[in-house]
Amino acid sequence: MTILAKHAAYKAAYDALRMHGVDPLNVRFEHVLSPTEGILNGRRTILLGTHNYLGLTFDAGCIEKAVEATRSQGTGTTGSRVANGSYDGHLRLERALADFYGRREAMVFTTGYQANLGVLSSLVGRGDHLMLDADSHASIYDGSRLGGSEVIRFRHNNPDDLYKRLRRLEGAPGDRLIVVEGIYSMMGDTAPLKEIAAVKRETGAYLLVDEAHSLGVLGKTGRGLAEALDVESDVDFIVGTFSKSLGSVGGFCVSDCADFDVMRIVCRPYMFTASLPPGVIASTLEALETLRAKPALRANLMRNARRLYDGLGALGFTTGPEANPIVAVVMPSQEIAVACWKLLLDSGLYLNLALPPATPTNAPLLRTSVSAAHSISQIDTALSIFADAGRRLGILPSDRRRAGGVV
Amino acid sequence: MRENHQLSLVDSAVSVAVRPIRDDIAVVLEQVLGRPVQITDDTDIIADLGMDSLGVMNFVMAIEDFYDISIPLDRIAQVETVGDLIHAVEHLRAGALG
Repeated sequence: MTILAKHAAYKAAYDALRMHGVDPLNVRFEHVLSPTEGILNGRRTILLGTHNYLGLTFDAGCIEKAVEATRSQGTGTTGSRVANGSYDGHLRLERALADFYGRREAMVFTTGYQANLGVLSSLVGRGDHLMLDADSHASIYDGSRLGGSEVIRFRHNNPDDLYKRLRRLEGAPGDRLIVVEGIYSMMGDTAPLKEIAAVKRETGAYLLVDEAHSLGVLGKTGRGLAEALDVESDVDFIVGTFSKSLGSVGGFCVSDCADFDVMRIVCRPYMFTASLPPGVIASTLEALETLRAKPALRANLMRNARRLYDGLGALGFTTGPEANPIVAVVMPSQEIAVACWKLLLDSGLYLNLALPPATPTNAPLLRTSVSAAHSISQIDTALSIFADAGRRLGILPSDRRRAGGVV
Repeated sequence: MRENHQLSLVDSAVSVAVRPIRDDIAVVLEQVLGRPVQITDDTDIIADLGMDSLGVMNFVMAIEDFYDISIPLDRIAQVETVGDLIHAVEHLRAGALG
């Protein structure tokens, strides 16, 4: 018995999983070769679960900028911007983000997780009301606790339920902040942002959209769901991350809020952590340029997403509601989900095993994420590995049974 | 004196309300679980009713709709038993009425 014995129930569940010979939370790649391939257990493996949407992690220009900045400015800033000051790159990245979104203000955080922690805890505090979609990311839930506001959860993607809950608050003092995500990270579904914006306008609430999974993915210029649905003027704050489409690490918030800069002296997850190293800032700046200059990346990404989504559906798998770069395959049981995940991995296909309670329903998921860097033949290989695993595990009807055989 | 008098009025209103709320909870629970349930104030919502976190969320949302209230997350986190839930509902309804 140790001080960690309080987590015994989690440990037991994890141990049970590992007894099946799988450890989905601790996959160890010997090498990562490209945005779409790695070596796992000595085998060349297709990466179909790393949210590397534009495939920029190995972009020659981004690498060059990172190397150059590291050589000239060092490996790290060794502290926060409050204590150690800002480098030129931090300021340039903030200006570039504000320019990209057409907003006055931008603030860079060390991770996307910290961006949500920092922004949510600064925008609302005691006496305010934070309205969260029930399927919100862990960083939003954690950020909601940091500021001390009243947190109310509404049914996932349900503007009527949101409206009802805001109406119940009528007459209560305090600000209201609605938080939704562009693309939800488990099922790949988008928020009904037009309807949510209408609720926002009618109730006088503020609206924050986390575009972590939709930056570089949705919208005419890649700004995300708010751009795609033409509601950017209703969105007061956009939060996002550099660790998906921009291929590095870090988070940001953009806004037109006049008092925005006060966050730099009240936002603890910004003030009390080391700022991003020059190399990361430099590659992120270059990736943002590339995202803007090469809309073809987005077209390739959506082509691959559509091919995988349609292909899985045609095979007979149950998927999420929309063809987006996150394609979730619903599994009938945990046992089959674990077996299928292991079979796919042993066949050279890596993706995410998501088990309840991390999933929005009680169903376990095999979560895939597509990249612009995947070739059509990689997507087709992934589909044939899925087809084979699905038939072997009885999730899909067997070809041989159709031919009159026994199994 | 006056304050004490008001307090006792509130107290009695609350104690009268305890039974109906528990009955309402039983009705909502049976709808959510799809089976008959026997509950007391000491019934543990997770351990005794066999609900997972998703089931609890759906159940709490059904209770919220039933009373037209929203129970903030920090209050939901304090709820373990049916009695805890009754108190949370009472508190919020008193707030809404006041």
